[in-house]
Amino acid sequence: MIYMILILFLLILMIGAAIYAVVQRDLLYAVIATGVISLVLTAVFYILQAPDVALTEAAIGVALTTIIFIITIRNTVRYESDDDKKHKIKKL
Amino acid sequence: MKKFLVILILAALGYYMYDALYGIGIGIPRFTDGVKDFYLDKTVSELHVANTVTSIVVNFRGFDTLGEVTVLFLAVTALGSILYKRRHQVGTRSILFSSSSIVRSGSKLLFPAIVLLGAYVFIHGHLTPGGGFQGGTIIATGFLLMLLAYENFKVSHTVLSFIESFAGIFFVVIGLFGFMNGGTFLQNFLPEGTLNNLFSGGIIGIIYVMVGFKVATELTGLIYTILHEKD
Amino acid sequence: MDDNLLKILEVSVLGTSVLLILIGLYAVLTKRSLIKIVIGLSIIDGGIHLLLITLGYLKRGTAPIFSPGFENAADKMVDPIPQALVLTAIVIGFAVTAVALSLVIRLYRHHHTLEIDEIKTLKW
Repeated sequence: MIYMILILFLLILMIGAAIYAVVQRDLLYAVIATGVISLVLTAVFYILQAPDVALTEAAIGVALTTIIFIITIRNTVRYESDDDKKHKIKKL
Repeated sequence: MKKFLVILILAALGYYMYDALYGIGIGIPRFTDGVKDFYLDKTVSELHVANTVTSIVVNFRGFDTLGEVTVLFLAVTALGSILYKRRHQVGTRSILFSSSSIVRSGSKLLFPAIVLLGAYVFIHGHLTPGGGFQGGTIIATGFLLMLLAYENFKVSHTVLSFIESFAGIFFVVIGLFGFMNGGTFLQNFLPEGTLNNLFSGGIIGIIYVMVGFKVATELTGLIYTILHEKD
Repeated sequence: MDDNLLKILEVSVLGTSVLLILIGLYAVLTKRSLIKIVIGLSIIDGGIHLLLITLGYLKRGTAPIFSPGFENAADKMVDPIPQALVLTAIVIGFAVTAVALSLVIRLYRHHHTLEIDEIKTLKW
């Protein structure tokens, strides 16, 4: 019974992080949301009795994918389109 | 207008996907369980290996693992060649900088422990959950930590490429040794041993150690290439 | 009681994997920034891996590892074949993401913008 509540909570967290990653315009926050999806996926793989897959997803999906996304953002743009950058500067 | 059309198409796709998956039945024995029983039985009786996923990845489907290692090598080579800059295009702005002293001293303490954990995971790949890919990635994460903490942490490219090539060649050479007693490529030729012993499973342990070395040095080279880009 | 919980598990996990694939597809088809499209590809990968592992689950099953003391538990183990396939798929998905991001960096160096509406010329 407690497993059911745990799995449902983790799945709702995964869907919420996916919607946030697609809607958010600041690309740094979207990349961290993708890392959260991989982290929750690791926990779900462990509950579904697959420890090898959980280890691989934890090492590759959380650490390495996030770092290469962040290096790409550092070498290119940070916001999704140029209108957002103008709005950010105006707000200050 | 375009967004409305896209949402309509995705809703129809989602309805048909869910409809196809609904009656499958999770958690109950199905008609495909004959293959599962074959693999679970042969792992204990013929190979004496405790981790079934390891025996499938290295022994029963060993050729696919060779293909996967090749794909990873090709991806790292393609990345290195796409980001190539000629000598007059290299700038001076770099993204690396030294972190604070807490991060520096903590990384110096953590780095040997992470490498030891990664080596443990890929050496005991046939006894506990783990294996070559998991252990190699853990070691690459340790190198990433040192690269982010220290500005001038240098890893020599020649040593990395030498270890990577040697590990890859050794994998293929072990496969070619399978031809010795009139067998096939990647056939087992070492004695099998008993269950849950470190020296069990024939060539599975050796192949996973080689895969662990290759993945660790490859991913370290990828991180090093992509971090040392100067604008 | 047990059957009811199994039904809830099946509906929720299969529904989540289908939803993840759809959200990733929406990001690939609608967004204009190239990095958002690559993020969408990564989300689609996660959804497919979850779907494959779920199809191998057995009710009250255990991990497919014959530890000392569990040598005769072969009829209560979950399916090890989808796990071996997903292991390969995760590594190759990461390799594809890395090459796609290197292409994005190269495109930005040449055109100085990342919106797909403004990259119209086909030659470099």
